[in-house]
Amino acid sequence: MSDLITDASPSPSGVSDEISTKRSLPGALFRTLRTGAPVLPFLIYISFGLLLPTVAIVNLAFRSNKGKLTLANFRTILSAGHVHAGILMGGQYRAGFENSLKLAFVTSIIPGVLGTFLAYAIATSNHALFKRLTAACSGVLAQFGGVNLAFMFIASFGALSGVATHWLADVGLNPWDHGFDLYKFWGVAFVYMYFQVPLMVLIITPAFAGLKESWREAASNLGASTWRYWRHVGLPVLAPAVLGGMFLLFGSGFSAYATAEALTAGTIAITPIQIGDILNGNVLANQANLGYALGFSMIVILMISVVGYALLRRRTSRWLR
Amino acid sequence: MASLELGYVMEHDVNMEDRPELQPAQSWFRRVHWGRGIVLWVAAAYFIIPFYAAMQFSLANDNGQFSLHPLTEIGAQPGFFSALWLSTELAFVTMVIVIVLMVPTMIYVHLRIPRFRRVMEVITILPIVIPPIVLIVGVDGVTPFWLKSSQWLLALIYVVLAMPYVYRSLDAGLGALDLKTLVEAARSLGSGWVSIIVRVLVPNLRSALMSASVLTLALVFGEFTIANLDGWQTIPVWIYDAPTIDPRINTLVAMLALFGTAVVLMIIVAFDRKSHSRRS
Repeated sequence: MSDLITDASPSPSGVSDEISTKRSLPGALFRTLRTGAPVLPFLIYISFGLLLPTVAIVNLAFRSNKGKLTLANFRTILSAGHVHAGILMGGQYRAGFENSLKLAFVTSIIPGVLGTFLAYAIATSNHALFKRLTAACSGVLAQFGGVNLAFMFIASFGALSGVATHWLADVGLNPWDHGFDLYKFWGVAFVYMYFQVPLMVLIITPAFAGLKESWREAASNLGASTWRYWRHVGLPVLAPAVLGGMFLLFGSGFSAYATAEALTAGTIAITPIQIGDILNGNVLANQANLGYALGFSMIVILMISVVGYALLRRRTSRWLR
Repeated sequence: MASLELGYVMEHDVNMEDRPELQPAQSWFRRVHWGRGIVLWVAAAYFIIPFYAAMQFSLANDNGQFSLHPLTEIGAQPGFFSALWLSTELAFVTMVIVIVLMVPTMIYVHLRIPRFRRVMEVITILPIVIPPIVLIVGVDGVTPFWLKSSQWLLALIYVVLAMPYVYRSLDAGLGALDLKTLVEAARSLGSGWVSIIVRVLVPNLRSALMSASVLTLALVFGEFTIANLDGWQTIPVWIYDAPTIDPRINTLVAMLALFGTAVVLMIIVAFDRKSHSRRS
């Protein structure tokens, strides 16, 4: 970080700066400090508010209760559990992790595809006002989530008093009679779509601008069918954006806590909820650092999703220039 | 997470409008028309039905007919006003800290060390890598006891959560100004740094500052994870486990919160558009 500041320190000309750096190292250091000083409050805040907690997670994830280095926390997370007296003991953290990955996967693929189609339907519309309105709506809906969203779905699709459930039941299509359960895996996925689809629309819409109209005209002049145009031009251009968007949705679905907690009252076994349980003290005494290990595992998965997103975004922006 | 994307839509949707409309001449376009109608109607149904149904659920009297009576009952619920007051206090303190911390820093970075922006851009990525549920684990591990039992710890954490929003708004706002000229003009007229910031730059950054603070407000009023796990009854926590007799009231407050968020964000988008068109 400090060399960034050095690089950027204002210098009248590169040469003289270089000479003076060689001449007096303390002087250069002083100048760097002076240039960087005004951003110190910000850096200090970030260090205490973000860096320190993160370091604590990484450190304590690998510590036993007595402070010794160990991988035991991760062994607990990964253990499949064992059957004792006919009852499965342990293994809940592994199951939670698998559920989380499954939920994130489902709520990135399905909203990813739906969001792409929706964005295309919006992008090819001929009404400027409609486009503007849907862009604003996507921005708003992508921010929905948490307790409020959960309560909205409980009121509309709840089993007994849900208003929309009643409407559907009146036409003989009560979803609860056909295997739908708002408070289980697919119900949660159904609710997540409410912010994941608009998020995908936001991410993917700029990519459609990269799909130049002239390419389609050129393709059709060369005798390409619609199918061939999409197969050889449209999809290859869109693919990195769609995939990158799905990476981001994956991260969003993987880390969501509030919506799932409020919707299922904490009964769905996914990692964020299990972390919440541990913070509330529901953990065996000899596994005090398990929460850090779970947090660390989440950071690793989320890092992968962010790096995937960033790399693919760079490829996408190539067509937007 | 959506903090990232809210910025993008503001930057890019202008491009979308500049794009020439597709000509409906090609034969395949007819088919797309069909598909488009279906996609749009299904999406509209999915997004409108739950909202409408929940509104109907919460704004009803005991016979199930439409009624505004539940609105008058919100204030009578135990704990509602203390939750509202706690959220308001936290929002205010968070806004003050984040603005005082970020505005001078961002101005300085834009003026003197633009390459430091890359470091600051990283903070817009952080809420994805370290979401609230993970951040609170780490914070709990390092916070001294005297701070842990204070409600202001929440405000201090919310400053971190709000930084990406504030960074994005201010970055866009500062990018649109001719910062150097403004500062040099003010300095040659003899004003000091404080007066430059307060009397020259802040008025020019009004819309960026407004969207930054409104997004912070929406964030604090909607944040559930950290408040719940730290045991503070803010508005979202109250909605979740309020001791009300009538679930309609909780749902009604939730719907009002959603509605409020929507209105506030719409205003920001509209404001942003206005400043866009003024610039071009």
